[in-house]
Amino acid sequence: MIRALLAAAYVVFALVPTARADDALDLRLRHLESGLRCLVCQNQTLAESDADLAADLRLEVRKLALAGKSDDEIRDYLVARYGDFVLYDPPLKPVTWVLWFGPFVLLAAGTVTWIVVGRSRRRATPGAKAEFEVAARNLLAGAAASPAGAAPAGVGQAETDSGDAARQPLDG
Amino acid sequence: MTLKSLRWLIPIAVFAVIAAFLYVGLFRDPREVPSPLIGKPAPAFSLAELHAPDRRLSPSDMRGQVWLLNVWASWCVSCREEHPLLVALAKTGIVPIVGLDYKDKPGDGRAWLTDNGNPYRTSVMDSDGRTGIDWGVYGVPETYVVDRAGIIRYKQIGPLTEQTLKQTILPLVRRLQAS
Repeated sequence: MIRALLAAAYVVFALVPTARADDALDLRLRHLESGLRCLVCQNQTLAESDADLAADLRLEVRKLALAGKSDDEIRDYLVARYGDFVLYDPPLKPVTWVLWFGPFVLLAAGTVTWIVVGRSRRRATPGAKAEFEVAARNLLAGAAASPAGAAPAGVGQAETDSGDAARQPLDG
Repeated sequence: MTLKSLRWLIPIAVFAVIAAFLYVGLFRDPREVPSPLIGKPAPAFSLAELHAPDRRLSPSDMRGQVWLLNVWASWCVSCREEHPLLVALAKTGIVPIVGLDYKDKPGDGRAWLTDNGNPYRTSVMDSDGRTGIDWGVYGVPETYVVDRAGIIRYKQIGPLTEQTLKQTILPLVRRLQAS
């Protein structure tokens, strides 16, 4: 009886630390596998894919981890066989520069364009605004003086004037 | 004056470049992942032969000749598609084909070859798919061209077609055999 109890206690205590170590390993593997791509269903990670190959690769990854390989070594193992494509985060190297920096370059180019255009427009605006105001006032005065006929000519006039005014500061 | 009046072309040019990239991307097969093993030594294995399980074959046994490694399985549907081409190629005797029977039951594999014809000099059994992983196999069929020195020169993902065979694989084999 006592022997049986002791044996049971031994089994329980022996299991507890192992279970904890397994949990840590599981956690580590899940983290590692969610950064790896399943090559069969390419929009899924190794962790979430049900494909046969994914299961095989998970087993392989676990074996490597149990053999004491680091995450980087495991990643290198897979990259050597399947290429950078297995990594969800493409590595930074000359062929991926466009991928990594392209968006920032486009953002910078867009910002510069925006600023330049905005500045030239701001410089152009006051003159144009004044012209428009004059034209609008003329229009209103004209409309008040002679309700019919004068307005269309006034509009055409105002457009030409404001166009020139808007262009003037840019060339100068 | 002229430069300034051409400014409106800039956004159109940027759009055209992006559109061109996207257009080309439409016709590329995302299933085809370039293998990092091209130009590298064929990964070693020592596997039991399908028809003579007491004998083993490894890539070093093929040293000195250009050969094809064709990954197949009896459960693989698209293998049926390419199989007649392999049988015909084997008849010409141009290049030896080694079969890697991937994650298959030996009985099923042998029966399949009896039914469909056996183009392979030898087929070896990769029952657990470990060798497949070493070779970067992620779908069946796949076909590798290995040169005399045991370097992988080409990888075909998916079934062989008459076109790829005639335009890519056979010219490559001849070139490798001549060198």
